[in-house]
Parts: sequence; structure tokens; C-alpha cells
Amino acid sequence: MLDDFLVRAILAAIGTALAASVLGCFVVWRRMAYFGDATAHAAILGVAIALALNISIFAGVAAVALVVAVLIHRLSDRAQGTDTILGVIAHGALATGLVAVTLIPGARINLEAYLFGDVLTVSRMDIAVIWGGAAVVLGVLWFHWSALLLATLSPDLATASGVNPQRENLILTLLLAGIVAVAIKVVGALLITALLVIPAAGARRLATSPEGMALRAAVIGILAAVGGLTMSLQMDTPAGPSIVVMAVILFALTTIGEKLRTIGGSAP
Amino acid sequence: MPRLSGATMSLLSARGIGVTRNGNRILQNVGLDIKAGEIVTIVGPNGSGKSTLLRVLIGALTPDRGTVTRTPGLRLGYVPQKLAIDATLPLTARRFLDLPHRVSDAVAAKALDKTGVPEVAKRQMADLSGGQFQRVLLARALLSRPQLLILDEATQGLDQPGSASFYRLIEGVRQNLNCAVLMVSHELHVVMSASDRVICLNGHICCEGTPEVVSAAPAYRELFGTGTGGALALYRHDHDHGHDHGHDHHHDHGHSHNDGPHSKAHDHA
Repeated sequence: MLDDFLVRAILAAIGTALAASVLGCFVVWRRMAYFGDATAHAAILGVAIALALNISIFAGVAAVALVVAVLIHRLSDRAQGTDTILGVIAHGALATGLVAVTLIPGARINLEAYLFGDVLTVSRMDIAVIWGGAAVVLGVLWFHWSALLLATLSPDLATASGVNPQRENLILTLLLAGIVAVAIKVVGALLITALLVIPAAGARRLATSPEGMALRAAVIGILAAVGGLTMSLQMDTPAGPSIVVMAVILFALTTIGEKLRTIGGSAP
Repeated sequence: MPRLSGATMSLLSARGIGVTRNGNRILQNVGLDIKAGEIVTIVGPNGSGKSTLLRVLIGALTPDRGTVTRTPGLRLGYVPQKLAIDATLPLTARRFLDLPHRVSDAVAAKALDKTGVPEVAKRQMADLSGGQFQRVLLARALLSRPQLLILDEATQGLDQPGSASFYRLIEGVRQNLNCAVLMVSHELHVVMSASDRVICLNGHICCEGTPEVVSAAPAYRELFGTGTGGALALYRHDHDHGHDHGHDHHHDHGHSHNDGPHSKAHDHA
């Protein structure tokens, strides 16, 4: 079954979308979208390093995303124009990565695959890494759910309850780096944040609890993954962007649907 | 300044706390003890370091100097000044009580009942009124059956009847749980009369003692009620007190009508 490239692609996309949309809820609640962007853009530098050292792309991307995420995490603690710092690091890492890739002798790579993803070429090994990474992300979120929520609501309230908010922040940072590594082959560095933010945003209006929002975000993410791949096959469009387009369509549908429902419900 | 003897074991004690931020000395050599069952109120003008001190005491801020010791296994309940819940986070009052430890529906209902808001369980936190919100925060703080309840300007944004009834609630809670209460407030007229001990803070501890002792102390009167006598200082509600040089004024609650007898003549001008 896994011999079929299509089955592999669907499995990879679902695994990525599942983990990204649940983690994405925290990205939305904590307004970390730009933080996610910066970490994801840095992934290209990771690709360059991985190619230069001839190591796994996942390892290279995860390592660089981790370093960048921790760096931003530290710097933003000092609260001196976090926006600017994020901008410098995000685009600095992206540009350095793009330059570095072309400097590697003998490496003729398809950059687009890393910028926008190339899910149709994932191998069995890739699927193992993607689902392994997704499982770790979801597992950590499961065990830290309440602590992360409390730290998100108020660091002081968390401290008073015996939860260390700095630790929870760091955990989220690490998970974000992990998801970047997981998602790079599926949607690419430029669209990872979309996979984090859009399903969560689409789920917001449908949910009355944090867990309900995470669950609905996961459903939207999976529907977008399957729908996007289908669209890609039928219309011969690039897979990564198609998944994101599908997520946006679902977001629009839930938003409009909920608006109509409230209007209909409140009519006399 | 009067100090209680260390005969009874303190729940929480701070020694020589000093905090400096960006070259500004916010707290200097602050020490205090909270003993089981007592109500202690910290009063002080805006920018006097009240909230900073509370953050040090709950462990959210590591002081540059000094130490905070807690009795081992101290159960702490904390009610923050306010809580900004992001509009993207759906959260009912019931679910909020589950953070960080899940409680049964019966326990949650009882807690909301105790704080007088049994009807809000299924409502979104963001939709609650200021008074309901504070009561839900209090309900959550009570779930751990705290030995020490810490409240930071818990009635900010409530009108006077609202804050008066909130303080009555606190007194009831204290009697029920027999917990110590440490609160920060600028509402001296309500708070001080209910306190066993008042600490007057302005970067350092100016004076401390029973409400009567503090309200008669020169240092307190300099801060809160020059030349009006202790009784009046106790009932003054104005909180700018000519102490507004370079302080950060973030209180702007609408009632400026409670100026004390000396200014009655030109009230409501």
C-alpha cells in the first residue's frame, strides 16, 4: 500500500496537518504567528546546512529551527521591539539559506520543493519521521495541556499554581521547531505558518472550549490536507499551496456559516 | 516600627527584598511575615511597588536582593488584578476552574456557589461582568483550599457597592477556610477596617501595624492624608495624594466624589 506515492502523500499530509493544527491553537491564542513564521523561514538555512554536511534534511531543519526559536525566545524576553528582531532573524535566516544553497558545490537542488513543499515525493522514511514527529508534538501537548493553557492565560497565575511559565514557553518553542521540521516536505518553509494558523482560526467560531477548538482545528486540518491533495491531482496544481488554499476555503466556510447561523438564530 | 515576634510560625516571610528595574529602585529592604489566619493589607500610592512585591511573594519575580521563605507545602491561592483573555481563546468559567487541576462538577459548582456566581458556569469568561469575573477568579483560587489567599487590587474596576460586597465575601471566605489573606488595595476605607495588620509601602515599608496604629502614623499621614487626622486618613479614598511626581498612574476608576469632609464644599464642581 505504501508503494503508492499517493497513499504516502496523503499519510504525510494528514500527519502534518493534524499536529500543526492542534499546536496552531496555541500559536493563535498566544499571538505567535510571526514567531512561527520566523522559525519556519529559518528552515531554509537548515536545508542548506543539511546538504552541505550531507545529513538528513529533517535533522538540519530541526536543528536550525531549534536554534532560531530559542534565540528569538531569549531575545523577545527583553521586549525591545520583538517585531523588529523577528523580522531581522526570519528574513536573515531565509536569505542566508537561499544564498548558501547555491554556494554548495555540486548540489543541484530544486529550491521550490523546500519553499513550497513537495509532498508527492515523500519516502517511507519521511512518513516515519513525519508521524514520529507528529506523535511527539501531540503527546507533549496532551501531557502539558493544562499547564500550557494556564501559562497562556497568565504567567503569574501559573507561577502561583506551581506551573513554571518559562518552562511551558520553552516547550512550545521546541514544539514549534519540531513542527517546522515535520512540515517542510509537505507544505514548505513559506507556508508552514498557514498550516498552524488557518485551521485554528477556522475552528474558533465553532468552539466553546479550548479542547473543542483543538479538535475542530484538527478536523479542518485533515480535511484541508485530503481536499488539497485531491485538488492538486485533479487540477495539476502544486500540492502544498493547494492544501493551504483548501484550508482557507474551509476557514471562509466556517466563518460565513457561523455568521449566517447567528443572524438566523437571532432573527425574530 | 512595630514588629510581631517570631513566636508563631509564618506561612510566608520575606527578608530584605530589593528590586531594581532599569536603574529604578522599586523595592528596597522590604520584609514581612504572614501568619496563619491573619488579614494583612498592603497600601501605598501608585508606583509604590505593591504589585511588584506581590509578584516577588508568589514567586513570579526573582528579587535582586533578599529571600522569600514559605512554610513547606504552603497552599497558595492567587487572585490577580485582572486577566486579559485573548478573544481567540474560548473558555467557559467551568473550564477555567479546571486549570491546572481538573475538579469534579460538584466541586466546581460548590466553589461558584460559595463566591455567589452559580449561574455563570457555562458562560464564556470574556462575556462576564467585572464583578462576576473577579468572583470566578476567587472561586478558582479557593479550590486548592489555600492557607494563604493573595489578592492584587481585586476590586479594581468594580463600583463601590460591588467592591464592598466583594470584601464581605473575602471576610466570609476567611472565616470559612480559616486562611490568611494578603491583599493589596487602594480602597483604604473598606480594606483597612477589615485588616488585622496594615503595611504602608512606598518603595520601602513606611510603617506597619494595626489599622489604628498605621492611620495615626506620621509616615502614613504624609502619604495618605496630610493634616486631616488619623480617622479621616482611614476613610479617605482619593489615591493621588499629591504623590504623583513621576509615578505611573494607571488607575482611572470613575469615582472622584469621595474626597473626605474637608473638600465637601467644592465637590462636584
